[in-house]
Amino acid sequence: MRKSKRSRRRRASPTVRSLACTVASPASTKAKMALLDLFIRTCCILALLSREDFQRIPELAINPLGDRIINAFFSEGEDQVNFRGFMRTLAHFRPIEDNEKSKDQNGPEPLNSRSNKLHFAFRLYDLDKDDKISRDELLQVLRMMVGVNISDEQLGSIADRTIQEADQDGDCAISFAEFVKVLEKVDVEQKMSIRFLH
Amino acid sequence: MEELGSLAVWLGAAWLSLVFALIVLPSALGVSLGISEAYMWVLVKTLEWATIRIEKGVKKPQPQMLKIPAANGIIERDETPMEKEIAGLHRMEFRFSDIFYFCRKGFEAIVEDEVTQRFSSEELVSWNLLTRTNVNFHYVSLRLTVVWVIGVMVRYCFLLPLRFTLAAIGITSMIVGTTVVGQLPNGSLKNYLSEVVHLTCSRILVRALSGTIHYHNKENKPQKGGICVANHTSPIDAIILTNDGCYAMVGQVHGGLMGVIQRATVKACPHVWFERSEIKDRHLVTKRLREHVADKNKLPILIFPEGTCINNTSVMMFKKGSFEIGGTIYPVAIKYDPQFGDAFWNSSKYNIVSYLLRIMTSWAIVCHVWYMPPMVRKEGEDAVQFANRVRSAIARQGGLTELPWDGGLKRAKVKDSFKEEQQKNYSKMLVRNGSQGNLPAGTESD
Repeated sequence: MRKSKRSRRRRASPTVRSLACTVASPASTKAKMALLDLFIRTCCILALLSREDFQRIPELAINPLGDRIINAFFSEGEDQVNFRGFMRTLAHFRPIEDNEKSKDQNGPEPLNSRSNKLHFAFRLYDLDKDDKISRDELLQVLRMMVGVNISDEQLGSIADRTIQEADQDGDCAISFAEFVKVLEKVDVEQKMSIRFLH
Repeated sequence: MEELGSLAVWLGAAWLSLVFALIVLPSALGVSLGISEAYMWVLVKTLEWATIRIEKGVKKPQPQMLKIPAANGIIERDETPMEKEIAGLHRMEFRFSDIFYFCRKGFEAIVEDEVTQRFSSEELVSWNLLTRTNVNFHYVSLRLTVVWVIGVMVRYCFLLPLRFTLAAIGITSMIVGTTVVGQLPNGSLKNYLSEVVHLTCSRILVRALSGTIHYHNKENKPQKGGICVANHTSPIDAIILTNDGCYAMVGQVHGGLMGVIQRATVKACPHVWFERSEIKDRHLVTKRLREHVADKNKLPILIFPEGTCINNTSVMMFKKGSFEIGGTIYPVAIKYDPQFGDAFWNSSKYNIVSYLLRIMTSWAIVCHVWYMPPMVRKEGEDAVQFANRVRSAIARQGGLTELPWDGGLKRAKVKDSFKEEQQKNYSKMLVRNGSQGNLPAGTESD
């Protein structure tokens, strides 16, 4: 069931957010495509979001990982994201159980599968996109999360310990497979999903 | 040609005399002829009819669009604090899954955040026959469209000129009246006449907006020597309040028409207008306001501590400056009914002229004003806590939500100290007293 539109943001792309959220909510693929068609037809396809638009959201600006999250929307070298890209990134957070309703079994794996959610999280760590989380990359994320409250040495030893525990092939970096193994028992579905009301 | 000219003059004269007789004179005398009540009755009936038509006309099963949006928004928010979500029992180490918390919070903020939605107009439950609020337009029925067209004609061809005339009369009489009164020597006669002039002009201006104001708890009306504090939605808040009593306004000196009004009114009544340079000096501002409050014969000051216009669904942070002056605070809650016209001024979207035009082409401005019992600063309470206490009281009375965020976020970036606070909280979970916890290595679990 679709839900009502919400209030708009006051900047360049007022309908992008509200429409994107409607689309990312539990709705059939058909409804999604219909909405996208409407979006294209109403010429809002030209609406583009830049990094500054995201940074204007106060709750996002104070999030320690705010910059990384914003980066996740933009592809390599791009400074603007269109509606489609916005929707794709947001779709990672759809709850998993809705996949049973859309019987698209033979298609490609949906963006909100457990594996893809984990891949999304992996990419937040893996800055240079080499499919490995190196010690430096882990240190960077840690530094973002703790700010100035922990010394370099302590942070370094935390990073070393974490890699040591998770690393199985001894290359001092975490590959995606090792990442998945470490998070085996974690309820990824619950932690990485946003449920829309009505 | 001459005939046309004289006809136009005759029509103009007739129009003006009607306006004077039916509106201006009753305003001066404080009497109501019942015209606005009749208008409001017709309006309410029409809108109810329209709502029923829309609900009937919706063919597809989309009742969600017309239901009242859930008070807590469009997404299910998990309010468990960071400590509970990440920490668990006796845990003092980093886990890869820690970022899930921040990640989800970030995305929730992107989908729907508490703050930016307050800087744009509230959405309506059902359409009120104004084009500007027509969010989900689809053709419903011929009758509804006809009513809408009639509405447009009434609003633009009849109401707009009428309101414009009234506004012009109101502003002119305010300037002329206060200038005349300002020539008198200071004394009780001057104060009395100044009150009469201000009240009359406010009443005319309220009628110029087709305003219907319901005042509650008039026994708590602000007294002399006090400070009146209210939530801010639009520049007409001041007119709404002065319709029922006289206040000393506080504000910045403007140029143009506003400046003329300010210079005229300050002669009759001790309003406090600050130069732009003075406003930056907080001590100067506080000193002047303190002097005003100390004089028990002076009218109560009217201040809007939010500092900017908010869309009347919530009350944002009150700036502590007004609460450091001392004296008794008289809180007032103002709540507009958005069904008849949206009073919120979105200053980043509309300038003052288009805002006034929108107001004058709405159906009406309906609002409720609650006067609340006076509050004073308690022992051991600092200005910030006092400000928060007053804010909670106003929010509760007006049925608005309370937000700790600063209204200045409309234009400015948020302070880094909030981010640093979150980082500090997280680091406490990683490292305690400089040592790390020792837990079995291997797979992670919840």
